[in-house]
Amino acid sequence: MTVEVEQHQNIVVRFAGDSGDGMQLTGTNFTLATALHGNNLSTFPDFPAEIRAPVGATFGVSAFQIYFGSEDVTTAGDEVEVLVAMNPAALITNLKYLVPGGLVIIDSGAFNDKNLSKAKYESNPIEDGSLDAYKVLAIDIHSQVIAAVEEFGLGHKMALRCKNMWTLGLVFWLFDRDKKSTIDGLKAKFANKPEIANANVAALNAGNAYAETAELPSGIEVYKVPKAEQKPGTYRNMDGSTSLAWGLIAGGQLANLGVLFASYPITPASSLLHTLAARKEFDVITFQAEDEIAAVCAAIGASFAGSLGVTSSAGPGIALKQEAISLAVSAELPLIVVNTQRGGPSTGLPTKTEQSDLLQAIYGRHGDTPLPVVASSHPGDCFDAAIEAVRLATKYMTPVMLLSDGYIANASEPWLIPDFDEYDAFPVTFHDKPEGFTPSLRDAETLARVWAKPGTEGLEHRIGGIEKSYDTGDISYDPDNHQKMTDTRKAKIDNIADDIPLQKVHLGNNSGKLAVVGWGSTYGAIHQAVKRSIKQGLDVAHIHIRHMWPLPANLNQLLSAYDNILIPEMNTGQLVKIIRSEYLLDAKALNKVSGQPFKISEIESAIKTELN
Amino acid sequence: MNQAVNKLTLKDFTSDQEVRWCPGCGDYAILKTIQKLMPEFDQPKENQVFVSGIGCSSRFPYYMNTYGFHTIHGRAPSIATGVKLANPELDVWVITGDGDALSIGGNHTMHALRRNVNLNILLFNNEIYGLTKGQYSPTSKVGTRSPSTPQGSIDLPLSPCAVALGSGAAYVARSIDTEMKHLSAVIKTAHAHEGASFVEILQNCPIYNDGIFENVKDKKIAADFRVEIEHGQPLVFGKEKNKGIRLNIESLALEIVTIGEDCSLEEVLVHDQTNLTLAQLIGAMGGNNDDGEDFPVAVGVIYHNPKPNYVDDLIIQREQLRQGKDKGSINDLLRSGHTWEVA
Ligand SMILES: Cc1ncc(C[n+]2csc(CCOP(=O)(O)OP(=O)(O)O)c2C)c(N)n1
Ligand code: SF4
Ligand SMILES: [Mg+2]
Repeated sequence: MTVEVEQHQNIVVRFAGDSGDGMQLTGTNFTLATALHGNNLSTFPDFPAEIRAPVGATFGVSAFQIYFGSEDVTTAGDEVEVLVAMNPAALITNLKYLVPGGLVIIDSGAFNDKNLSKAKYESNPIEDGSLDAYKVLAIDIHSQVIAAVEEFGLGHKMALRCKNMWTLGLVFWLFDRDKKSTIDGLKAKFANKPEIANANVAALNAGNAYAETAELPSGIEVYKVPKAEQKPGTYRNMDGSTSLAWGLIAGGQLANLGVLFASYPITPASSLLHTLAARKEFDVITFQAEDEIAAVCAAIGASFAGSLGVTSSAGPGIALKQEAISLAVSAELPLIVVNTQRGGPSTGLPTKTEQSDLLQAIYGRHGDTPLPVVASSHPGDCFDAAIEAVRLATKYMTPVMLLSDGYIANASEPWLIPDFDEYDAFPVTFHDKPEGFTPSLRDAETLARVWAKPGTEGLEHRIGGIEKSYDTGDISYDPDNHQKMTDTRKAKIDNIADDIPLQKVHLGNNSGKLAVVGWGSTYGAIHQAVKRSIKQGLDVAHIHIRHMWPLPANLNQLLSAYDNILIPEMNTGQLVKIIRSEYLLDAKALNKVSGQPFKISEIESAIKTELN
Repeated sequence: MNQAVNKLTLKDFTSDQEVRWCPGCGDYAILKTIQKLMPEFDQPKENQVFVSGIGCSSRFPYYMNTYGFHTIHGRAPSIATGVKLANPELDVWVITGDGDALSIGGNHTMHALRRNVNLNILLFNNEIYGLTKGQYSPTSKVGTRSPSTPQGSIDLPLSPCAVALGSGAAYVARSIDTEMKHLSAVIKTAHAHEGASFVEILQNCPIYNDGIFENVKDKKIAADFRVEIEHGQPLVFGKEKNKGIRLNIESLALEIVTIGEDCSLEEVLVHDQTNLTLAQLIGAMGGNNDDGEDFPVAVGVIYHNPKPNYVDDLIIQREQLRQGKDKGSINDLLRSGHTWEVA
């Protein structure tokens, strides 16, 4: 058949279907093929909170979005140009993302009366003209796939489960992707069930062949998306959870410490526990505790005993841990607390993303309990952020909060694999000399307390949460001593500002009309928005903060060089409060708390408003 | 390691900290017993770790010249679990109170026992919150008058040993603060047990709950109010040693009998420390609830029936995975799964 070819530098494709339709698997396979094709990309799975919603329900729709192309790609994209809708519920909940003129691929076989009414459609949108603004490719995928896998004798239900692969085959053809990685993956996944593997491969091939041979309606083109210029090297697809988990393992090795990872399951943090639990060939023990308090306490116990204690949760669980974190501050023991933030308050939006725990991270707990806070900003970055958190925790004998969020944890991107041999190690030295030992000994420069682990002869000592004498480490209720200890704990953390990189400007000039300042997962959206604005001649820069506490030493000076400061956050304004109170700068907030990441266009238009 | 292990004495385990309990507090006696017992464990001093929560009893670690961690209220079992997982070589003790272990920390006590983490848990039960000045606790008798229950408490107490047994503990015993010989013997078997061991120590708080265990402790009357249990021995008690505990087969409840009057010695229940059902009945005797009140309090090893422990199983799983290999390589990890080259 003859097809038109449409050129795209970058494009957004969204797969949406019922929870049981396998959209996440479809998306990840498309992602892999796209990465192998040589595009830059970023993905975002958007799944429902319900584990098994009734078939066809709008609240059971699961979606997977991928943004890819030849330019740098740092978000999962704003405007969907190709939408795959496997049923009416998927269409009605996702059509709003599709740009006018965009392509919607529909499985008309799923648009029966029952499904239409479940999605609350009064008439069939394929027929009633309500999709006139879009290019529509409606195919009865149901019948197609049944025919394609007939020879495998799977039975109706199992046969229909190959729908997603049939659809993927079609989309592969539209984007000229290679099927091989998917076929290899299916064969490996179903190695013990060859008939399932073969049926899926047959469905994939059939979808692909259908697109090639069938007469597609006019106006439907093959999309040409040129390869991106990429740094040479070995790449892998990396999601935020895996990246963070591996960073913790790596951090443990650099510190030459065993890791005890203690956690209690909670969305979206659990995948860290799962990933690490499967990695016991490393010096990592995972411990599923009875609650979040037990988890953080086990981690603290492990640190006392000379391992690196790590605990992880989302907002509600972090709140539960705060009392124990204060103990770790008081006892001056290393501890990593990972917060994969989600929509709050309370159960809030457990599967959606938010950045509303920054104040909890910096100012939570009781008493004066300063501690370093490190924020990762995209999936690949979690690896290095985790290593940095381990470095600070062990060098300064302090708990460190490591922030991620639901978006970062689930999103993935191609990652240029670093050579781990090039990382600087920071091996811990445990104190082992009994002469003159007290548990209160400090490093004169870092102010870090000594780490003397049980089992070391001659260093038997007691620590605890009661205020300790600065000189001996024994219990002390002396007023001046408490002042001194409080000041010392603060100074120790404040000093870290001199041990972290100076804040750099990610994009744009070191001074000017407007700085857009972000942290965490808004990185991609801010980056693109600022890039586009600069292209349009606007005087704007992007500054993205990793060290949330203490803040980089030059940040005040740097921000003061701009006429205006805009801080986009997925909360009601937390970093903006800190910047305003720390530096008395008139920073403005741009806030969004819908559970969805910022769109590039939202930040772009805020920049325009700010500069007008 | 320490060559002089065998020569250690009580003094080696006494820290330089001034002991700050009230005069006459039962905690003193427990401290002395444990300090004296320590050298017998044949363990270098540096391998002993005492972890406590918050309460008068939880001050204990400060007075032991070993490693110690005075943590937060109720969480000692969790912190101790972390210590033990990080270094299984250590001998880890949990010192806790009735409030610490059974109110705020009930969940952790239950799970440490259920998991059978190798910890020696010593619960100092004074049936009161000492440190916070005498409020009633989850083990206080109904009717306990305290600052927070001026008309007497109205909620039913629980029995620490019954909780431990219900949580799946494989070692449960009860002893008494001032009875050094008995307490030493119990703690020794607790220490030898692989897995979580749980010892309830009846402890007098002369300030807020004085004499609460007097019946059980007073030499003149104790024989009628306690039964010293021993594996394989009949449950006989009383000044005249003529009272016994019998299991009524119809009601499946215990009953007190007088030997030679309504019962022969052969009919008296013989203690079997590996029998959980029996342990549950015996452990609850003399409890502060209506059912157990008339019965003597059982002191000694109530239940001892080893089962697989968490730490050993964890190490076995890890070894299965590692198969003798050293640490994994990060570079290999980063390149595992699907990768591709960009030239
Ligand atoms: C989170 C928290 N809540 C409350 C307290 C106050 N508190 C300290 S000890 C205690 C009760 C102690 O009772 P118990 O465990 O029986 O110990 P005892 O003093 O009787 O030995 C309470 C309520 C605390 N320290 N921390
Ligand atoms: S209040 Fe009671 S338990 Fe606490 S130290 Fe005094 S006597 Fe002992
Ligand atoms: Mg008490």
